[in-house]
Amino acid sequence: MTQDSSGPAILVEGLTKSFGDVHALRGIDMAVPRGTVLGVLGPNGAGKTTAVRILTTLLLPDKGRALVDGRDVVRQAAAVRRSIGLSGQSAAIQEELTGRENLELIGRLYHLSRPESRSRAVQLLEQFDLVDAANRPAKTYSGGMQRRLDLAASLVGRPSVLFLDEPTTGLDPRSRLGMWDIIRSLVEGGTTLLLTTQYLDEADELADEIVVIDHGLVIAAGTSEELKGRVGGDVLEFTVPDRNRLSDAVSAIASVGEGEPHADKETGVVSVGVGGRGSEALVDGVRALDGAGVQTRGLALRRPSLDDVFLALTGHAAEEEELNGKRRRSRRSKRDETKAKS
Amino acid sequence: MTTATAPTISLPDEPSLLTRFRWAVADTLVLARRNLLVWARVPAYLVFTVIQPVMFVLMFRYVFGGAIRIPGPITYVDFLMPGIIGQTAAFATFATAIALAQELKKGVIDRLRSMPMARSAVLAGRLVADTGRMLVTILIIVAVGYAVGFRFHNGVVPAILMVVLATVFGLAICVIAAFTGLAIGDEESVQAFGLIWLFPITFLSSAFVPIQSMPGWLQAFANNQPVTYVINTMRALAIGGPIEADLWKSIAWLAGILIVFGPLAVRAYKRAS
Repeated sequence: MTQDSSGPAILVEGLTKSFGDVHALRGIDMAVPRGTVLGVLGPNGAGKTTAVRILTTLLLPDKGRALVDGRDVVRQAAAVRRSIGLSGQSAAIQEELTGRENLELIGRLYHLSRPESRSRAVQLLEQFDLVDAANRPAKTYSGGMQRRLDLAASLVGRPSVLFLDEPTTGLDPRSRLGMWDIIRSLVEGGTTLLLTTQYLDEADELADEIVVIDHGLVIAAGTSEELKGRVGGDVLEFTVPDRNRLSDAVSAIASVGEGEPHADKETGVVSVGVGGRGSEALVDGVRALDGAGVQTRGLALRRPSLDDVFLALTGHAAEEEELNGKRRRSRRSKRDETKAKS
Repeated sequence: MTTATAPTISLPDEPSLLTRFRWAVADTLVLARRNLLVWARVPAYLVFTVIQPVMFVLMFRYVFGGAIRIPGPITYVDFLMPGIIGQTAAFATFATAIALAQELKKGVIDRLRSMPMARSAVLAGRLVADTGRMLVTILIIVAVGYAVGFRFHNGVVPAILMVVLATVFGLAICVIAAFTGLAIGDEESVQAFGLIWLFPITFLSSAFVPIQSMPGWLQAFANNQPVTYVINTMRALAIGGPIEADLWKSIAWLAGILIVFGPLAVRAYKRAS
């Protein structure tokens, strides 16, 4: 078995996967160079988890090819398993056991000797700031600590390619920032990382390259800056306190913007790309809104965020989809949920 | 940062068959030990798995027992105990199904399946630990039986064989439970489903009452189902009586269950999502 160490750490070509009528992946391609971070960004149900499950040998693709560390995830699954680490959406740890026992158990299953497992566990407990809690059952841990322990468990085998499936979903903002720091330090060490997220700021913050997935297709790829460039320059944004005037505001501003303005009916926030016209557009915008007699708050010009990118690419905001996804999730059983979300 | 700079663990690309077998055994033992450790850490598990059969012993011995007529010179407690022990072994498998469903839900099984460990070990480790746990429970129930008047009348070796048969019977049910746990994958549904099939097959058998006391149509089922064969064999081992026919039917059924549901459970594990 040859290992192509010069090629990308992850190579995906034309990958498709359906669950009955649900086409989770409809032919995706991606390549992740060694030592870099790929952020796979998309709403719930976009196909992110399905892609991760195929790449980590948990699921067989219908069509297409995927190589991890130069090895085929279908034909050389056992070899792939030796070079990957996986940390999923929930903390896959044994809650009745202590943090130390959890890590030692994983070490033993990697066929490390007893002393090796022990020292590897100590190392990881230190690295993930869990030394004080090492001998407490994991069920006494906070959500953030459990996720750290889970991430530590995925590193026991010193993987060269790490998969993190929504590593901060469900974490409070502080734990989330802590997790970002940990992920950054992993990447500095040279680990190749594929990270899925539905948070645009997370991809912006951590990823070298971003792939945007929606309905099982890659709809855009590039660096965060490149994607932002797609929006076409700056964004003029303001809030309309009186929701009844929202449509008036949109028609007033339409002539100022370069693209279609987008209005969020729940928050009353209106945004429109204005290209490179900057302050000129700002003044025109104020005049147009004043002329239409629409009251606004917080009118400002800003750099585009990945939210704007998502909006520009898909025509709907990432958050809207996410809300629908959550509502759907609560009614479904776990099996359906996995399928629907994958 | 040691994580990435250190080389990946040096494992040969294709381990030999012998190495793979050694790993499978080692992985099974590591996971069996983990399962027993988890069990020991949660005293409530231990208490509930033991209290429930003890309640059955006391209830049938002192509440229903007086109203149940046993043909021949056998006392009801001697008739009852092999039945209760068989039922205890069968009901102990609830824990197997629920534990696997939980591990599936929490992603523990995903993690283990993404690791370079023996794929058979998760199931095997679960079965080894649960069979051990079942044996302990059976021995406790035998002791409780002795306290309420039960005696083995047929010698030590048949008594030991009865415990062995009960354990193998439990193992067979365990394999079915493992399959349902992995195939259904949701603990509440798994539990509900367990009741739906375990209650009828244990109660519509010779475990608690003589089958002759049932209506004819029910006798037809009760007389020809595996739990009755197993309980009859256990009863013959415990207190004496004809054994031949029931023993062979028991062995055939238990072997059949293992042959059918073993591969099904493995398949459900491999496909688990």
